[in-house]
Amino acid sequence: MSKSIKLKKGLDIRLMGEAVTVKTNLAMPKMVSVKPSDFHNLTPKMVVKEGEMVKAGTILFHDKYIESVKFASPISGTVKAIVRGEKRRILEVLVESDGQQSYVDAKSGVLSGMSSEQVKETMLAAGLWPYLNQRPIDVVADPKNAPKSIFISAFSSAPLAPDYNFALQGKGEEFQAGLDALAKLTQGKVYLTLNAKVASNEVFKNAKGVEINTISGKHPAGNVGTQIHHIDPINKGEFVWTVNAQDVAIIGRYFVTGKYDTARIIALTGSEIKDPHYFETISGANIAELLKDQITSDNVRVISGNVLTGDKISKDGYLGFYHNEVSVIPEGDQLKFVATKGWFGPGFDKFSNSRTFPTWILPKSKKFRLDTNTNGEERAFVVTGELERVFPFDILPMQLVKAAITDDIDSMENLGIYEVAPEDFALCEYVCTSKIDIQDKIRQGLDLIASECM
Amino acid sequence: MKFLEKIVHKHEPKFAKGGKLEKWNPIFESFTTLVFTPAHTTKKGSHIRDGVDLKRTMMLVIVALIPCLLFGIYNTGHYELVAEMGDRSLPYLDQFWSKVGAGAFVVLPLLVVSYGVGLTVEFVFGVIKGHSLHEGFLVSGMLIPLVMPADVPLWMVAVATVFAVVIGKEIFGGTGMNIVNVALTARAFLFFAYPTSMSGDNVWMAGKEVDGFTGSTALGDLATFTSDKMMVAGSEVVEGTSQAAISAFENSYSMMDSFVGMIPGSVGETSVIACLAGAALLLFTGIGSMRIILSFVIGGFAGGLLMNAIGSNPYMDLPAAHHLLIGGFAFGCVFMATDPVTASQTAFGKIIYGFVGGLLAILIRVLNPAYPEGVMLAILFMNIMAPIIDHYVVQANVKRRLKRLKTA
Repeated sequence: MSKSIKLKKGLDIRLMGEAVTVKTNLAMPKMVSVKPSDFHNLTPKMVVKEGEMVKAGTILFHDKYIESVKFASPISGTVKAIVRGEKRRILEVLVESDGQQSYVDAKSGVLSGMSSEQVKETMLAAGLWPYLNQRPIDVVADPKNAPKSIFISAFSSAPLAPDYNFALQGKGEEFQAGLDALAKLTQGKVYLTLNAKVASNEVFKNAKGVEINTISGKHPAGNVGTQIHHIDPINKGEFVWTVNAQDVAIIGRYFVTGKYDTARIIALTGSEIKDPHYFETISGANIAELLKDQITSDNVRVISGNVLTGDKISKDGYLGFYHNEVSVIPEGDQLKFVATKGWFGPGFDKFSNSRTFPTWILPKSKKFRLDTNTNGEERAFVVTGELERVFPFDILPMQLVKAAITDDIDSMENLGIYEVAPEDFALCEYVCTSKIDIQDKIRQGLDLIASECM
Repeated sequence: MKFLEKIVHKHEPKFAKGGKLEKWNPIFESFTTLVFTPAHTTKKGSHIRDGVDLKRTMMLVIVALIPCLLFGIYNTGHYELVAEMGDRSLPYLDQFWSKVGAGAFVVLPLLVVSYGVGLTVEFVFGVIKGHSLHEGFLVSGMLIPLVMPADVPLWMVAVATVFAVVIGKEIFGGTGMNIVNVALTARAFLFFAYPTSMSGDNVWMAGKEVDGFTGSTALGDLATFTSDKMMVAGSEVVEGTSQAAISAFENSYSMMDSFVGMIPGSVGETSVIACLAGAALLLFTGIGSMRIILSFVIGGFAGGLLMNAIGSNPYMDLPAAHHLLIGGFAFGCVFMATDPVTASQTAFGKIIYGFVGGLLAILIRVLNPAYPEGVMLAILFMNIMAPIIDHYVVQANVKRRLKRLKTA
């Protein structure tokens, strides 16, 4: 039975620099990076050494505690460097391309004849497993757990998010193969949730073997956490896995072609980009090439991912494992005179969900050029009721955040910590008057739950 | 503003960590952030942030209080002249500018003392605890003079402010952590510590009063309705019936006068119109909670009706609507009950909090004439009850979620 969900709460932040649906094919990047930091709480154990030759699909490292979860190289070439940080923690593994892109020989059989266990083994061995994320805790799925369902969101509603309709155009076969593979991993259903506001393309509409629901509303309607909450909520002791739509196609591609080919379409967006549009590249690609002649000012922040949940990277940094876009916005590291640009000013350049700024009076078509300034200092919680307006869950956000801050495990469990991921709180963090790093607090709460209760 | 920016950058190193004035950094920071939004940037998580911050929020509350302040200045000036002449029938708009001058002469010193003393205490705590000034007191400092009788000695305001900031707020951890409303703590402190300066007939009008003149307020008069000797504006109600008492009362404090605010009372509380103007701004910007304000008014009205229904003394017969217009009801409802830190924090909790607060305010007024200003006590009481209300609302959410688990 297909559901149609309507959300009343939420917020669409209108930013400048949305990508137009034009695609540039980039040459295979010269250097890629696989960053253990993209996978929360992962302790990697290296399999290869510096200087070793690898193919696309060769395992670089695996999870020290769950050895079956492996991480593969997206290109063929040489392991250039294993960059370590404090206490010799591995920060990233750099692989230099040999320019040929040869793949590890596939061992995949025909998907329809494979058992659940075989699909799992294949995915683990191929390095595809990290595309599966697990709720609760929001980490790479543990293959020992049986998920009650698997969720895929067919769109992203985050500011400047890439259009998956465009990114997956013509990839119906791969996407369907990915769905079929995922269906074998769970006893329950695979849910695909479409955007009710915009027509989805055939790839999504014709998806088979899944339950299709629709959702409409402002961000975070496209967040998979919101969809889980309204369709098949997680209770304590249950697991739900989630996969990004483009990653489904990458999984499917492996089963169709037998290649670990992480080619994906990413959007280059943001107010500081000359010509925001789409690029075809691969996971972990160096973005220096991408940004060449595209940035319009010097003092910018480059973000792998969207502006609400992405990671800060340098101008010659690398695309994150899960990310489908690169956003570039101005840095806000300047003093701002209060009567013109600060708390005493008219504030026509500010996008505020509260009516303390005149955002509400401006036409809906106006887009904003927001920088990374916090627009104020951190304070204790004072204002109430503002987080609830952008949090479409039957969960009390402020109380849950407070429970997380105070390490109150009982309250966190009761208030619904098992259902949420930090990204669900991104908008709460955005609107918070007291400038509290809410996503970070929720992450700390989840880490505590992971160590004490899982 | 480049030259100011240069000054800030020039002096910054001295106050930075390791600089010779490091200890005074909180004060330096407090003043620079009044002029410049600091260059703090996001580190991870959400890279962009909403424009609103606590300074913006508090500034708008202060703006919302300005109508009350201005009206309070005029009203204080008016009753100072009334007291000097010993004549309550002085036309309200006569001698406009001399009233403004007289009122300003009384109210502005209250304001200066409240802000001066309060901010000093805040800075002392800021330096000790190493944080810059938190904005909460900017509003409290404005509220304190507005809830004082005009005749209160300045040193009492100073003592009350110190008490409210230290005991009411800082020992709990500062702005955002306090349990009871800071401004009401100041008022309650004086109310119980120096009752003769905070209640009775001789404190509401500043200046020297001529012999035999009584500067009583509406609430003070109403309190006498429960006794044998009913007084209205200094003269006894001869015919001791309820009807006569109410009509004498309405003669002195008509609904219209109470609504406009042309009655004696604490400095900023008398005008319902000014409070409504403030409420409009608070509700429009979303800073004040519609749930609290509405349910508080409904609760007060229900309390009035309940008293009418019992009607065992003339005070109980006062029309319910009139209750909402006199004393600090409107002011407390708009500016005190809505304080987000001390009110209930859950949506449904706010409705209960407001309703019970309004109801209690009227009950305390009518049933316990020793405390004519029931609104203050009702809000303080509800401040203390708010966490309990929230607890049950949160438990309801928890139970609903558990039920889902069972049915699933």
